[in-house]
Amino acid sequence: MGLDKPYKDIPGTIIFDAEQSRKGYHLNQFCMSLMKAENRERFKADQRAYLDQWPMTEEQKQAVLDMDLNRAMALGGNIYFLAKIGATHGKSFQQMAGSMTGMNEDEYRAMMINGGRSIEGNRRIGEDGDAQARHQPQGQAGRKAS
Amino acid sequence: MARITASVYTSHVPAIGAAIDLGKTGEPYWQPVFKGYEFSKQWIRQNRPDVIFLVYNDHATAFSLDMIPTFAIGTAAEFIPADEGFGPRPVPKVIGHPELASHIAHSVIQQDFDLTIVNKMEVDHGLTVPMSLMFGEPVAWPCPVIPFAVNVVQYPVPSGQRCFNLGQAIRKAVASYDEDLNVQIWGTGGMSHQLQGPRAGLINREWDNAWLDQLITDPAAAAKLPHIDYVREAGSEGVELVMWLIARGAMADVAGGKPPRVAHRFYHVPASNTAVGHLILENQ
Repeated sequence: MGLDKPYKDIPGTIIFDAEQSRKGYHLNQFCMSLMKAENRERFKADQRAYLDQWPMTEEQKQAVLDMDLNRAMALGGNIYFLAKIGATHGKSFQQMAGSMTGMNEDEYRAMMINGGRSIEGNRRIGEDGDAQARHQPQGQAGRKAS
Repeated sequence: MARITASVYTSHVPAIGAAIDLGKTGEPYWQPVFKGYEFSKQWIRQNRPDVIFLVYNDHATAFSLDMIPTFAIGTAAEFIPADEGFGPRPVPKVIGHPELASHIAHSVIQQDFDLTIVNKMEVDHGLTVPMSLMFGEPVAWPCPVIPFAVNVVQYPVPSGQRCFNLGQAIRKAVASYDEDLNVQIWGTGGMSHQLQGPRAGLINREWDNAWLDQLITDPAAAAKLPHIDYVREAGSEGVELVMWLIARGAMADVAGGKPPRVAHRFYHVPASNTAVGHLILENQ
């Protein structure tokens, strides 16, 4: 019998379960190291050298170097851990969350001030909301791409 | 005899803490958020607790992936605000209540909840932002706090039902403590929000308010809601709301007493990525 994972049908969402946690252990523990000011300085001075001290996969390291948080999450990262990389770079949680939508900072902030993303069309994969895979990236970036 | 007199519920958005710490509370963006807590600050001056039992979640601060306790009770004499990546918040250290905390741990474990007992722990915004919202910026916090951390970071997180039942066990534990103490229980986190992926920024005002209605009038029904409903309707981080059910389960009506009085209710969108919800319920 498989495990019950009913959350697999939600668009634009990765649930950090035991399976993701196992994949992302070293990535997330690297993030934890950034809670110390001296480690943040060492990381910023030479990101590649700092990352090479951790037994992470090359893909995970590249996602960190690119600040590609969607990729980092797919590779087992958890947002609360990954947030520490953003904090090290002086980014707010809103900037980090917004970066995963493809919207620019102003677009994302405006969406939140206008009441946030609507649930309509975003409950299940296959509906037609703005979080569905075929509507990525969102905002101006998406309009340029299409 | 110790007793739980009231429960307080509030979101614990880190940006709210940053707004306080950086003196931005008067800015147009933040004004409506803090206005919703003006009553609460006055209320708590008039209803000063002897101890706060504060239910929150740790955000990869005290607990990394090395250890992931589902329920952790802080029994230390003090808890230091953590450096979460921007440097520690400039707030007072949190003074614990080791005697009551140990008593509750003993009683609740005997009621079949397997708590992790923590004698050394830093606390993050999940705990300190609610303190700031209710007490402002004092030099020292006005009363001791028992931190109670719930895992809502790695799935599976405890169910709403489990949390609600745990609240009932905590009520019994407090009531069996000999010293005459006025205890408040706070449930924090939520409301709808999603911090990750292309669905980041999700807010569901209608769902949040229907859930608040149910939490107040029929918490046993709210407790039956499965995780998937929180995640689908209120966002991946909206599942933090199960922590409110611990506080709600500790109220007198759940054990056959009178329904609580709703002293205050507030809802606002947005604070950063999040819908802010806030309730104060008093036992009658």
